[in-house]
Amino acid sequence: MNKLTQLLILIVRRDLVLAMRRRADVLTTLIFFVMVVSLFPLGVGPEMDMLRKMAPGVLWVAALLASMLSLGRLFSADYLDGTLEQMLLAPQSLSVLVLGKMISHWMVSGLPLVLMTPVLGLQFDMSVQAIGVLMLSLLLGTPILSMVGAIGAALTLGLRGGGVLLSLLVLPLCIPVLIFGTGAVQAVSGGLSVSSHLSLLGALLVLALAFTPWVTAQALRISME
Amino acid sequence: MAINWFKYSAPTTFYPLAGKLIPWFAVSAAILFAAGLYIGFVVAPADATQGEFYRIIFIHVPASIISMFLYLVMAGYAALGLIFNTRLSSMMASAVAPTGALFAFISLWTGALWGKPMWGAWWVWDARMTSELILLFLYLGFIALHASIEDPRRADRAAALLAIVGSVNVPIIYFSVKWWNTLHQGSTIKYSGTSMHIAMQQAMFIMMAACWLYAIAITLMRVRSIILERERNSKWVAQLIEVKS
Repeated sequence: MNKLTQLLILIVRRDLVLAMRRRADVLTTLIFFVMVVSLFPLGVGPEMDMLRKMAPGVLWVAALLASMLSLGRLFSADYLDGTLEQMLLAPQSLSVLVLGKMISHWMVSGLPLVLMTPVLGLQFDMSVQAIGVLMLSLLLGTPILSMVGAIGAALTLGLRGGGVLLSLLVLPLCIPVLIFGTGAVQAVSGGLSVSSHLSLLGALLVLALAFTPWVTAQALRISME
Repeated sequence: MAINWFKYSAPTTFYPLAGKLIPWFAVSAAILFAAGLYIGFVVAPADATQGEFYRIIFIHVPASIISMFLYLVMAGYAALGLIFNTRLSSMMASAVAPTGALFAFISLWTGALWGKPMWGAWWVWDARMTSELILLFLYLGFIALHASIEDPRRADRAAALLAIVGSVNVPIIYFSVKWWNTLHQGSTIKYSGTSMHIAMQQAMFIMMAACWLYAIAITLMRVRSIILERERNSKWVAQLIEVKS
């Protein structure tokens, strides 16, 4: 195994251990997601036809908001205790370190939402097939949210009111993910092929994977100088 | 004779140059606005299908085009500032942003005013309207990030990075919104300006030029204020007549 992979695994494991030590943080994101989704039927009424139609959009928007909520913590703890400074000084590639942090952030804040989706989908009376596509689209899409969000988190590091600002910066950039994610589910409900939407999501994921770690590393350097 | 292309890339030399240029741009913008509005509202005939309502496009179309183009201008200046570390480029980027946001807002506002009598709704989730709205959000994000960072150098660089990421994202957003819309339903009404009356064309071009000149003039005014604010502790600013008095 080469050095970079080792480094990547090391960072992911470290961040996962840290996250498990503060389990409340992980749970808040998940509970927030479930709550926002459950508020919608109360807001718009319990007609099942409408809820079934709305479900993909509601779940996607809730996932978007939930991931914004947890992005503030992506770098802040390391920033406050000085670890981030050491990471910037480290001889290893900062992009790989950042990629590791993105992956572990997704495993902590994105993956639980994907796993929670079937239960919420049943609440909205979605078909099994639609739930499957929704999970697949979230599985492809939530890593993009973590990665694009990391740029915003790095840029707003240590600022007052960084949380709201972060959402303001990142949400417009996430619109394509939202569109293709919900589009896939609507396509399968309408009896169309989902492959185009999922391919586009996959393409966005590859693009994000290629560029966001480097951009985030640059953003961190700007914020820390 | 070797021309020094970089002479005006320093705030010290650009400040007086901008001061000299502003009246020219401002006055010609005012004249063209007057001419464009006169031709648009008095000379140009009423449209066959849209009646008098169409006249709002003389403001709407230039504002939309310029709001989009200014984002590229802003990102370009921001990139220059980030790559070559030139102070003036970053100042220009932050001077362009509010004007771009203003034009995006005007474009949405006039679009809504036109949409009500034409489509019967203030707002439709048309691909172009939606992307214009997202463009406004991108401008606001740039301005908000710049405003919330105390250190001006860090603010310049952070906002520049955001502008570059945004400009890479703009085509992705545009096409995703376009496909999103066509997947739901086709455009309710297609814009058919195939055979425009000559006076309409004239009014449109004149208004476009006027908006450009206005944008340049106001950006130069704003960048002069930014230069004064950033360089307030330097000697040359203290010696300016307008600062002394």
